[in-house]
Amino acid sequence: MGKNLPVPTFDGTAWASAPRLRDATVAIVTSAAIHRAHDDRFSAGDTGYRMIPSDARDLVMGHWSPNFDHTGFQIDLNVVFPIDRLHELAADKVIGRVAPRHYSFAGNQPDDVSTIRLDSGPAVAAELKRDGVDVVLLTPV
Amino acid sequence: MSVLAHVIEAAGISTVVLASMRPVVEKMRPPRSLYCEFPLGRPLGIPGDAEFQHRVLTEAFSLLDTTADHGPIIRDFDEVVESDEQPVACALPPRFDPNLPACVDEARGLRNAYDRAVAKRGHTDVGRAVDADTIPEVLAAFHRIASGDDWKTVAIPGKNTVAVMHDIRAYYEEAALELVGTAGARSLEAWFFEATEAGKTTLAARQAIKDGGGPFPFWFYMAPGHR
Repeated sequence: MGKNLPVPTFDGTAWASAPRLRDATVAIVTSAAIHRAHDDRFSAGDTGYRMIPSDARDLVMGHWSPNFDHTGFQIDLNVVFPIDRLHELAADKVIGRVAPRHYSFAGNQPDDVSTIRLDSGPAVAAELKRDGVDVVLLTPV
Repeated sequence: MSVLAHVIEAAGISTVVLASMRPVVEKMRPPRSLYCEFPLGRPLGIPGDAEFQHRVLTEAFSLLDTTADHGPIIRDFDEVVESDEQPVACALPPRFDPNLPACVDEARGLRNAYDRAVAKRGHTDVGRAVDADTIPEVLAAFHRIASGDDWKTVAIPGKNTVAVMHDIRAYYEEAALELVGTAGARSLEAWFFEATEAGKTTLAARQAIKDGGGPFPFWFYMAPGHR
């Protein structure tokens, strides 16, 4: 699946070495367009992002595509946004700590994804740096 | 996702992508990806199965534990999770008011189950264009279009057909999950479009809008592309 999707290409692959996992601060960034129930909804073609505090569970899925399963998320949000799993890993000292803030984008983007590449993506990276995040898990939809 | 991996990694933070399409990460070359052959929309594989989700995370985080100093690294998760294309076996309400279109009667009949679902979860995905009270009115509008009324003359509450369909499907799927507990990926989609009056009516309205010269985005995204 995905063979014929138009995708942007990159000349190189950036590389940042992670600290040991048991010392790392871990955040989730998802393209499932999830957001808190009272937050602004994602519009069709939304190139922005929503912040999700680590303790928020009032999450809904704002993705506009009818072409994938939304029900897994309704059954268990961890199948898209594994926040409870991260807290369990932190409690077991497998990871250092769970980041205080996580981020959500909409996966259905304009083909050149230039806003995410140049604006909203770097803005989120700066927020993650501010929170001392070492590792980001990216979950797609 | 792969774009964000490049952007975030360039800022000095290590990333791991749970990839759902292998050709995409092969072309886009994010630093580290775990390719998981799971249903789209379920990147951790199985809802309600913490042990399985932990196995995915353990495998994903193991990609960080490497002496390599460059990527891309792509690894395949060793278990496949298939979608379930069979309609879930979910009871539908009996016909109550024969004077109403069947889809409107049906949507009203599911209201108690929907309300229980919302009470349990504390919130709902319904509300992009219309609220739960308006769902039967939307279906009545689609019924008129499916029955031959010119789509241009029918006022559809919420106006945006794609947003309205999101709300109808969320209403039905949340009600059905309350009744059946859980469901495989796509089995509620199959149930909605193949078993419910709402699904049949909305597909018929979609066809009628298409046949009536409606603009492509107005009807196409009312349902998954393969339908």
